[in-house]
Amino acid sequence: MIERAGPPPARQGADFTDAVIVGAGPAGIRAAQTLVAAGLRPIVLDENPRWGGQIYRQPPAHAGFTRSKQTLYGFEAAKAEAVHNAMSSLLPHVDYRPETLVWACDPRRLHTMHEGRETPVPFSHLIIASGATDRVLPLPGWTLPGVYTLGGAQVALKAQGCAIGERVVFAGTGPLLYLVAYQYAKAGANVAAVLDTSAFAAQARATPRLLSQPSTFAKGVYYVGWLRAHGVRVEHGVTLDSIEGAEAGDDIDGAAGVRAIRWLRDGREHSLECSAVGLGYGLRPETQLADLAGCRFVFDELNRCWLPARDAAGRTSCSGIYLAGDGAGIAGADAAELAGRRAALALLEDLGVAAPSMPDMPDAASIERKLAGIRRFREGIEQAFALPEAPAARWPDDMLVCRCEEISARTLRECVRVDGVSEINRLKALTRVGMGRCQGRMCGEAACHVLAEASGQALAQVGRLRAQAPIKPIPIAPMLFDENVATIPEEARDE
Amino acid sequence: MSELRGTLHYDVAIAGGGLVGASAARALAERGLKVALFERRYCGAQASGVNYGGVRCQGRPEEQLPLAMRARRVWDRLPALIGIDGEFIPSGHLRLARRESDLEPLDAWAAMAANYGLTSTVIRGAEFRRRFPWLGEGAVGGSLCMSDGHANPRLVSPAFARAARALGADVRERTPITSVAHDGVRFQLTAQPEQGETLHVSCDWLLNTAGAWANHIAGTFGERVPMHAIYPNMWVTEPLPKFVGHSLGVYGGGVYARQVERGNCVIGGGRGTGDGEYAQPSADTTRAVMREACALLPALRNALLIRTWSGVEGETPDDNPVIGMSRTTARLVHAFGFSGGGFLLAPGVGEVLADLVTHGETITPIDAFAVDRFAHRPHSACVTQQHS
Repeated sequence: MIERAGPPPARQGADFTDAVIVGAGPAGIRAAQTLVAAGLRPIVLDENPRWGGQIYRQPPAHAGFTRSKQTLYGFEAAKAEAVHNAMSSLLPHVDYRPETLVWACDPRRLHTMHEGRETPVPFSHLIIASGATDRVLPLPGWTLPGVYTLGGAQVALKAQGCAIGERVVFAGTGPLLYLVAYQYAKAGANVAAVLDTSAFAAQARATPRLLSQPSTFAKGVYYVGWLRAHGVRVEHGVTLDSIEGAEAGDDIDGAAGVRAIRWLRDGREHSLECSAVGLGYGLRPETQLADLAGCRFVFDELNRCWLPARDAAGRTSCSGIYLAGDGAGIAGADAAELAGRRAALALLEDLGVAAPSMPDMPDAASIERKLAGIRRFREGIEQAFALPEAPAARWPDDMLVCRCEEISARTLRECVRVDGVSEINRLKALTRVGMGRCQGRMCGEAACHVLAEASGQALAQVGRLRAQAPIKPIPIAPMLFDENVATIPEEARDE
Repeated sequence: MSELRGTLHYDVAIAGGGLVGASAARALAERGLKVALFERRYCGAQASGVNYGGVRCQGRPEEQLPLAMRARRVWDRLPALIGIDGEFIPSGHLRLARRESDLEPLDAWAAMAANYGLTSTVIRGAEFRRRFPWLGEGAVGGSLCMSDGHANPRLVSPAFARAARALGADVRERTPITSVAHDGVRFQLTAQPEQGETLHVSCDWLLNTAGAWANHIAGTFGERVPMHAIYPNMWVTEPLPKFVGHSLGVYGGGVYARQVERGNCVIGGGRGTGDGEYAQPSADTTRAVMREACALLPALRNALLIRTWSGVEGETPDDNPVIGMSRTTARLVHAFGFSGGGFLLAPGVGEVLADLVTHGETITPIDAFAVDRFAHRPHSACVTQQHS
């Protein structure tokens, strides 16, 4: 990709207004707070209707939801309250634009879509706090109605107050697996089982690292204990085999949807009836905006994916562009708050503006120390909840990898075999994997695993899907209302 | 002269694995020559693979028609030549008139093209509305050429490269040519694979099919042409119900559109941005082309845009390619600078290049594409002429 280096426009003083923050989760809010404290008035662009991000997602306003923060956020209620209040008090001092999708990035300019209007947003400095999405790994039956990602299942509960099904199994691995199961069971949903692909022994081995965040570790232990105490079946070390049910339009009696989940443990087959499955293997940093902005990427072994390169402060390879929060590498909400502030401090330093002194907010050096400590905890999490080894080896040929374009594992393997493809963008070009509405956001990782397995390479060697605007599908109609549409120059009027 | 130890020798070396180079490699290998194709990245990953996919004779300047008609016949033979049809659909190409005054030149073009055996029909008025109810007010008539169509550019070049390899050509991807010279007898090249040892290559013929980068080789032999990089701006919608019956263009240019079998509408027009090496689509251009596209295809208004892209292509001052023998160096043949219109032509150009190597001439008129036709221009044109 093009490196768009070069210094940002020189500005001085506190009237600086071209700082833009993308994302209003814990990272974006703390970044905004820091910039405002230094006298700036940043623009805060958020795709969500209300601030808080994913972990501190708020239910819709004025929709009659009355669940308390304690109910919604549990142990995290106080943090949620603090983050929400911080943003509330910032509102008069920032240009806050909710429900605003950033869909493209030119050098020093974002393109946004809001309420059917399309607006370019110039920036001199940009903090990307774009968060994460679920890391999706398929298994046979994953396209059945009733299969959700863990994060999607959590959003349904948190924002809508509803469960994904009457009898739910949560499967995969990662801390979110237990948290969502706990939240569902606590809310009164019928949780039939939690199926963790990681071995209990691995979690035991990771304990020393996990104890670097004792309270977080304790919460995890508490969730598992609570689930068991309330009769929820919790299985470790499973190998997920398939989800069974009927696709819409199948000529099987009864409604479309999930019927059961099958797995292996200690060489034995197991099956459990259920009507919905929440599936997830941790989170995947959302890096498309950094990619479109021209940031250099490196493979990160901890996150098992390519990430934009950044220094300890969050500076990317592009001057004036900073990363914070899970979009820069999964580290959780506490780290996001710290990283948001740290990136804002870096921005101020690069501007030549003095760091503001704020109560309860550490300085740059102590933030970096704390982030390093959290990284140790993150290593423990990855040790405890590792991705299944060589997941693609189990995927049958006829399983769909890319549901938008209906591309099967067989098609991908054939392409590797016949064309000798060894790089993911080449696989995309030749097979259409990742070319549908999701543009690889859901299937890209699975396609990389299939490619790595079929070509005998490590995951890092197959490369990464390059981002292509729009970051999410956008309606065309709003583009037609822009008063400042360019005309196509005479010399560019090809046929 | 004795060869360096370890030097690979070929009858023909081809620089650049786009559709021109890959189809030339296939044609030459079929004729029994020992061929090597060097591609610094992947075959067909540059302009040949990211273009609109139009297989269009209609609207071309007269001097391109003999070559275009020859190339068009190759497209019908793709399954026999490369084992796939490349998703080529002879859907017809409808060249639209945005105003009544555009219809007269469409008539004139149809009369001219008929002399080359190409049939197109100009449709206007009530019949136009009746036949194309899915077209908006932005079009008042159009010329329909039913032998034209569209194909999937991502598939065609790699398949030609694969077919060339199956016929014995030595196709080397991720292997840029790092130096090239003529020692008075043969060409001497070095190529540096991304992995592995430097290759020393000698060859009797050298085909310069390096697309937007072809001036590196042309310049080495004193034949730099005033070509600059252009970055076509492309986008695609989500799959929609089938409604676009033909591949579409407009008289005077600006927007082109087609709908693939799966239902996605592929639309191009205007320029992205780039630095000569990499290209990016431009949101401003996409927005501008959307307005033109929706005037022609109102159903697009309700669609979702899912992807935009660009690529790097070479454009010459007269929008014609450079095809033919070098004027400075024996057995050097150029074919580049297709100026955004090379996808249809390329498989035909591959045959023409094979003619030149095996017979020293071709029956297809290519004089208009001579490499020295820009010689009267100031040499600096090639560096100063850039789109803003």
